[in-house]
Amino acid sequence: MPLSTPFHERTSAACTSLHWKDWAGYHAVCRYEHSHEPEYHAVRHAAGLLDVSPLFKIDVTGRDAAAFLAWVTARDPGRLKIGQVGYGCWCDEDGKVLDDGTLTRWDEQHFRITSADPSYAWLLQNASGFDVRLVDRTDEIAGLALQGPTSRAILASVVDGAASGDVGSLRFFRAMRARVAGSPVEITRTGYTGDLGYELFMPAKKALAVYDALLEAGRPHGLLPLGLDALDVLRIEAGFVLMGVDYYSARTCLIEAQKSTPTELGLGWTVDLERAPFLGQRALRREQQTGAAWALVGLALDWDEFVALHDRWGLPPQLPAGASRLPVPVFAGRRQVGYATSSTWSPILKRFIALASVRAEHAAPGSVLRMEVTVQFERRSVQAVVTPTPFFDPPRKRARAGDDA
Amino acid sequence: MSDAVHSARYDAIIVGGGHNGLVCAAYLAKAGRKVLVLERRHVLGGAAVSEELHPGFTFSVCSYVVSLLRPWIIEDLELAKHGLDLIPLEMSFTPHVEGPGLCRWPEAARTRREIAHFSARDAEVYPRFGQQMTRMARFVKPLIDAPAPDPTSLSPPRLLELLDHGRRLRQLQPDDRMALTKLMTASAADFLDEWFESDALKAPMSCSGIIGTFLGVRSPGTAYVLLHHYMGEIDGAFRSWGFSRGGTGRVSEAIASAARAYGATIRTEAEVEQIVVKGGLATSVVLKGGEELRARAIVSGCDPHRTFLGLVGREHLPDEFAADIARFKMRGSSGKVNLAVDRLPVFRCRPEGDEHLRGDVAIAPSMGYLERAYDEAKYGDFSRRPYINMVVPSLVDPSVAPPGKHVISCFVQYAPYKIKEGPEHWPERREAFGDAVVDTLEEYAPGLRDSILYRQVLTPWDLEQQIGLTEGNIFHGELSLEQLAFQRPAPGWARYRTPIQDLWMCGSGTHPGGGIMGASGALAAKAMLAGDSV
Repeated sequence: MPLSTPFHERTSAACTSLHWKDWAGYHAVCRYEHSHEPEYHAVRHAAGLLDVSPLFKIDVTGRDAAAFLAWVTARDPGRLKIGQVGYGCWCDEDGKVLDDGTLTRWDEQHFRITSADPSYAWLLQNASGFDVRLVDRTDEIAGLALQGPTSRAILASVVDGAASGDVGSLRFFRAMRARVAGSPVEITRTGYTGDLGYELFMPAKKALAVYDALLEAGRPHGLLPLGLDALDVLRIEAGFVLMGVDYYSARTCLIEAQKSTPTELGLGWTVDLERAPFLGQRALRREQQTGAAWALVGLALDWDEFVALHDRWGLPPQLPAGASRLPVPVFAGRRQVGYATSSTWSPILKRFIALASVRAEHAAPGSVLRMEVTVQFERRSVQAVVTPTPFFDPPRKRARAGDDA
Repeated sequence: MSDAVHSARYDAIIVGGGHNGLVCAAYLAKAGRKVLVLERRHVLGGAAVSEELHPGFTFSVCSYVVSLLRPWIIEDLELAKHGLDLIPLEMSFTPHVEGPGLCRWPEAARTRREIAHFSARDAEVYPRFGQQMTRMARFVKPLIDAPAPDPTSLSPPRLLELLDHGRRLRQLQPDDRMALTKLMTASAADFLDEWFESDALKAPMSCSGIIGTFLGVRSPGTAYVLLHHYMGEIDGAFRSWGFSRGGTGRVSEAIASAARAYGATIRTEAEVEQIVVKGGLATSVVLKGGEELRARAIVSGCDPHRTFLGLVGREHLPDEFAADIARFKMRGSSGKVNLAVDRLPVFRCRPEGDEHLRGDVAIAPSMGYLERAYDEAKYGDFSRRPYINMVVPSLVDPSVAPPGKHVISCFVQYAPYKIKEGPEHWPERREAFGDAVVDTLEEYAPGLRDSILYRQVLTPWDLEQQIGLTEGNIFHGELSLEQLAFQRPAPGWARYRTPIQDLWMCGSGTHPGGGIMGASGALAAKAMLAGDSV
């Protein structure tokens, strides 16, 4: 049976829909009410509060902390300044992605890895010869994502004293420490929604006090508790890939075809290739020479065609409520050239969008492909144009306080 | 070609920067035409406008929800990219002074339980009603996405259009066809009586039939507008209405931004005083202050009365057309009360939570209440206990009010333009009208009066004086059946052309008209471009 997160007492009381799922062995709310939509709109227009405690949190400390992480991750953590956060991935020897996540540099010799998949044993295994200490703090640290345009105002109003101004000036992908409701809290300006937002980490024992303070302070700012269903729509709009949906960890793959390199996932920008050796470097260099075989792209689907397919049956256009994780083939002409792994109607963009893996020669923006859809139990397809991601990228995501969001 | 054409600086001048004028401008500019929009006020949007009337509080001053803004316009003009951001209205709440109130939620089962408080039978019938309305809405929808068919014309393209509508009519099941006939002719009350027994349910449902008309729920022809609630596309019944983040003015700003991106020029505080007609041709416009601007085509986004009887002048019009326009019923019947409040209203019947305030709140407790409200209006007074459609946009869009405070927008009917003292006496009655609204709300939500920080009352007279809506009609002419489609605004002139060459119409007073739809503006632009008239 899954475990309860430190916020369970509050989230379970609020979750009137009783829709839950297992997230890395924890009970996680899909949606609090009948529909995920109010939560979706809260994040885009006000703010949402998501329990992210199931994320794996590993502290890496010691003299060789930077050198060790430089060896295991594809992004060079040595380039992170103190108080900076970096998003990246880590690969096996063959350059195939094991997981993606964030690295926060708290100190010269102290990093925090946050990721979706457990990597502790793998990190330990690779740590021999380095002067580092690895501590898995997943269970003792509770996490919350506070996301949306009013998240800054909410956060600034709950942190103790002078730190309120620091929240205002905290830049995108930077970290700070503060106190909320008597609890120490680590704050990073990060998230999985593509909006202005923060992630907060605190001792599990203090979790409820922080949660209550945020919810109370958030009420006048339109804050709603947020579940995973709305998050799925938000992250597709933001163009974020999800392990286990849009790609699989090389660790769990049975065959080579299921594995991906960072470039194939659109994460090539996170790889610092020209530096001291790191895991997968040789393979990734080879790929750089030959070019990646696949590419993860955004697709914008032709709504008129979709409507016309329904019209033939006299049906109004029907989409699944929320995001779909049903993988479907993607074609160029009649030939299958890939597969779409996540799709959703984007309420804010008024477009039907998808994330897909396609053969590299079809990945250029503007390429015209077709994606399978099923209408009245018949397999059909609609035009799908390769579109740069993020689909939705508001200036407020990166803006400083005071800039117009 | 005349000299006027040669010296024209613009291909088209749009009179009025309301949302339809801006849509028209954007389409023309996108097609490469040189376009100028002239707006009398300092803000764009006409009746779709946001203004910060009280520090920190942004009001959707007039039009307060976005209904049926055509998806193809959103896509054609890339409005999402230009800042259009819509939040669906989640539900509909009808409070009662005594009794449980009625909420219609997006969840069918929950709505069924709510309705069952009043009638178990109605609770079961309600989804079936929705299904039939959806089928009929699918028949009617193509009508609002194309120019009006013209049953009087024998030209082959017009006949083909008619044939196409006929074909779709035949595809409807017989009982849907019968229902459609009833819908087109019956009153909202009669139509709903065939389905439902409970007054508490029928009353709020019937309201959509009377909004913006000077008719009562028992007046024939009011049933048709019920369909509009079921025309949302992917969005389904509860998503055809939404808030615009930052108020409805943002919709206009997004359209304006698109128009500018395509190269249109937009001038505010540029009031057109006259559309100049020479030899049956519209040649230029004259601004207040005397500036004269020429264009190949002049397009009016103003209402038919203002356009033809005001800006053009009756002397330039064929007699019959002028008479038709003069007969075109404007007769505004509603007002607006906007409130800034320091807390959410607490309703007697639902004192807990705020879930029930996330949609619209309809003060429409019974059919008798609505008809009584109409009675007072019939004899030249505003309703003492009016139908009120209230929304609290700040609840889902905190950007429009300071934290914890709220804006409340109340659409109020009936407030006839022609009160018995005469419309020009509205300013003396304005605050009494505002008091009637607040008094009414206070009965349902005690304490609301004390929470008011600021109040704006707009009577039909104010809508005419400030926004330029003749007789304060929010739809540029009543959306009653005899004024729709090929009769809008005048028989034979429903396809955006006018009897004056090079003068076009693109406002809500043309087909399909009404609400923030944009279809009139877009269809007008398409008609002009198709005829190579601009």
